[in-house]
Amino acid sequence: MDKMKHRYVGQPIIKKDAKALLSGKPVYTDDLVPENTLTVKLKRSPHAFAKIKSIDVSKAMLVPGIETVLTYKDVPQNRFTLAGQTFPEPSPYDRLILDEYVRFVGDPVAIIAGKDEDCCLKAMKLVKVEYEVLEPILDLKQSLDNPILIHPEENYVAHDGQGTDQKRNLCASHDESEGDVESVLASCEYIVDEHYRIKAVNQAMMEPFTAYTSMDLYGRLLVQSATQIPFHVRRIVSHALNISKSQVRVVKPRIGGGFGAKQTAVCEVYPAIVTYLTGKPAHLTYTREECFISGSPRHEMEVHIRIGADKTGKFKAVDLYTLSNTGAYGEHGPTTVALSGTKSLSMYYGFEAHRFAYDVVYTNRLSAGAYRGYGATQGIFALESAVNELAHKMHMDPSVLREMNMVHEGNKFTHYYGETATSCALDRCVAKVKEMIDWDKKYPCYEVAPNKVRAVGMAMSMQGSGISNCDVGTVQLRLNDDGFYTLMLGCSDMGTGCDTILSQMAADCMGCDLDKIVVYGVDTDQSPYDSGSYASSTTYITGMAVVKTCEIMTKKIMKAASEILDIPKDNLTFDGERVFSIEDETIGITLADLVTKLQAGTGEILYAQASHTSPVSPPPFMAGAAEVEIDLETGKVTPIDYVACVDCGTVVNSNLARVQTEGGLVQGIGMALYEDVRYTEKGNMINRNFMQYKIPTRIDMGQVRVEFEESFEPSGPFGAKSIGEVVINTPAPAIADAVYNGTGLRFRTMPITAEKVFMGLKNK
Amino acid sequence: MKIQVLLNGKKVEADINPNMMLLDFVRTQGMKSVKRGCDTGNCGLCTVWLDDKPVLSCSTLAARANGRRVTTLEGVQKEAEEFSVFLAKEGADQCGFCSPGFIMAVLALKRENPNPTAQEMKEYLAGNLCRCTGYQSQYRALVKYFGIEEEI
Repeated sequence: MDKMKHRYVGQPIIKKDAKALLSGKPVYTDDLVPENTLTVKLKRSPHAFAKIKSIDVSKAMLVPGIETVLTYKDVPQNRFTLAGQTFPEPSPYDRLILDEYVRFVGDPVAIIAGKDEDCCLKAMKLVKVEYEVLEPILDLKQSLDNPILIHPEENYVAHDGQGTDQKRNLCASHDESEGDVESVLASCEYIVDEHYRIKAVNQAMMEPFTAYTSMDLYGRLLVQSATQIPFHVRRIVSHALNISKSQVRVVKPRIGGGFGAKQTAVCEVYPAIVTYLTGKPAHLTYTREECFISGSPRHEMEVHIRIGADKTGKFKAVDLYTLSNTGAYGEHGPTTVALSGTKSLSMYYGFEAHRFAYDVVYTNRLSAGAYRGYGATQGIFALESAVNELAHKMHMDPSVLREMNMVHEGNKFTHYYGETATSCALDRCVAKVKEMIDWDKKYPCYEVAPNKVRAVGMAMSMQGSGISNCDVGTVQLRLNDDGFYTLMLGCSDMGTGCDTILSQMAADCMGCDLDKIVVYGVDTDQSPYDSGSYASSTTYITGMAVVKTCEIMTKKIMKAASEILDIPKDNLTFDGERVFSIEDETIGITLADLVTKLQAGTGEILYAQASHTSPVSPPPFMAGAAEVEIDLETGKVTPIDYVACVDCGTVVNSNLARVQTEGGLVQGIGMALYEDVRYTEKGNMINRNFMQYKIPTRIDMGQVRVEFEESFEPSGPFGAKSIGEVVINTPAPAIADAVYNGTGLRFRTMPITAEKVFMGLKNK
Repeated sequence: MKIQVLLNGKKVEADINPNMMLLDFVRTQGMKSVKRGCDTGNCGLCTVWLDDKPVLSCSTLAARANGRRVTTLEGVQKEAEEFSVFLAKEGADQCGFCSPGFIMAVLALKRENPNPTAQEMKEYLAGNLCRCTGYQSQYRALVKYFGIEEEI
């Protein structure tokens, strides 16, 4: 497929569901729950670590309206993971629906189902639990080889190749190197050796975790859930309940945002077991507080970097070690951490030696999960901060140091599954952001008032496009009356617009109007298999499945027309509306007439299906630069301008790609400046609502400007790569360096609050 | 207790628990556009109008609406469409979960102050959170809708 102008691909097409969403139609899970559905609430542990000595539900059961109260004695005893990953999941099987042990403040102790919330809350108070309170591990640095064992159970299941050691609180571990890192580092003129930390920030999607379950007319369990991973939810629920997968059907309505949070089946199993045991419909929606204390936030990671350069600034060696905190359970533990190295180190080229190692430990915090960026965010914050620090050490402009060392198209990546940069415009992205923010004029800072300084900082980012040799996208296309098509998808549109962009691709492939593509997803009984919408896979992986499917459909249309027209198909052509003879254009048949004939029995009804998986995961790249204003009296850091330039290959929808970028950047700005995660000494989360956990409002974010520098990825649909995740990674390191450039203060733990800057300035 | 509310122009009588919140009341009356995004009155998703003034229905007792007019997005579809077309053209709908409350706040601003400055507009809408868009596309839509010419 050549780079060319398309009718829909590349255009700012309005989302297919825009009208329904913007007129407030009842299209989300909560809106679809019928009356007389049981309300489900979870009684949660007040202790960070405890064993249940006794639990008595008899009084709770007497509350009028209560249907059932379940404890660990009532649930299957086979362990599973809630992580939405391709089977066999890398995440260990360390969960039960309810467990005799509770491992964080908020871990469910009892499931209460009743006719309404009031009676459930009454019953919750009457569930009497006696705990043997255990000493918890709350600090990730205290966990490895601690005599306190977070998972002492005998039926724990570790998966091969992850370096898991249950007896050491070790969820995963790995160590890989090329060249002699120590001796090359020893020969370096300049070295930065520092630790960087990103906290377990929350996705804070606007729609809380929610699921509704019922028994269908065939006696199967129907799960309607706001999920990014319908097919994985089917398997997870079947594992959790210990029932056959054929007995579970999952339907995804519209989703109110996910950002990875809903790549874990956070809440589905609770209403599912209620419905399974009572036969009655059940519904659970988390409160915002529950989304904080028992959701699936980013993995807290501390990254230790040693990076060395020669006297000209050429990078020679790097050693990156990540200590990751998976919390009480191992969801996404073994996999997020890998990205902290693979997707940071590979932005740079030409190391003589490099090492990447990690340990992922259990602690008595809530389980971490997937959050946009998935470990790359943590690794990139660390490496890009270290690169900025290295530049300062050398009295060099950090953008110039990047230009000297960054990866270019055609280079083999430093640490990326042996892959080569087949499409890469990172150099153009850096040049563009320098121009956009007027870097050469503004770097490092300038005074705007006696106590106010404005400063700039920069960072680069990469991500992947799907998981190579793993993610699968399948698409089915059906040809209907009048020649319209039904595009059946298994990937989850969570507001990202994939239903629309995949329709754009299908319309261009079939040469038809966009209105002729009717899109549907997701129902596991009807939709073709898709691993799910995560790992930045949908545009790249499922998009390629669309291209393949349309090729098959075109061939089938030609064949059917050839039989009806009695002309060899090599002598025919198809313009999207009509199949006709190359020799005489007047001889042909319209698609509408063709379908009419097929539906009247002359031939077969046409449908096409193809699935796609990719041996590579070509990275999108970007550069970002921040301009912030620092109040030297109060320490307040105000974002003024954030500019970004993205290489996502071909831009499929110019509006949606831009909005993805802007949204990711502002989440990154939130992580850099506002979003704090703090705990009491006993492990109780303090920032558990939007009053205390401050995501940016429209007056906290400054201005955000986005440009694109397209490359063309030969293995992607229409040359496209991914966009969803790469966009969140640059603000933290760029803003941290801007703050340094304005104040001389270096922050290696996010967020950079006014209080920290104020104290830093005071102690200077 | 019994309440009588003029909900989107229609008289509704209901027997409710005194502790029922307006958010739950309007949703049980079928106005599913009204969303709950938090427990603390911080997100703006549940914004409805009580006698034409925007309120957070999650922290307003349904009883307080007794004898008053309550308007949700379902009740101002035409007026809303004038603005939502701008949102759609920017791709600013995204997941859409915050849209109904946001649109109700925007329309309230339009009625109160048809020609706001960019700063007035941002401050008026600051209580309406959105996690998908980073607000910039909403801003582009707002600038067009209000006909604001000034720079940010």
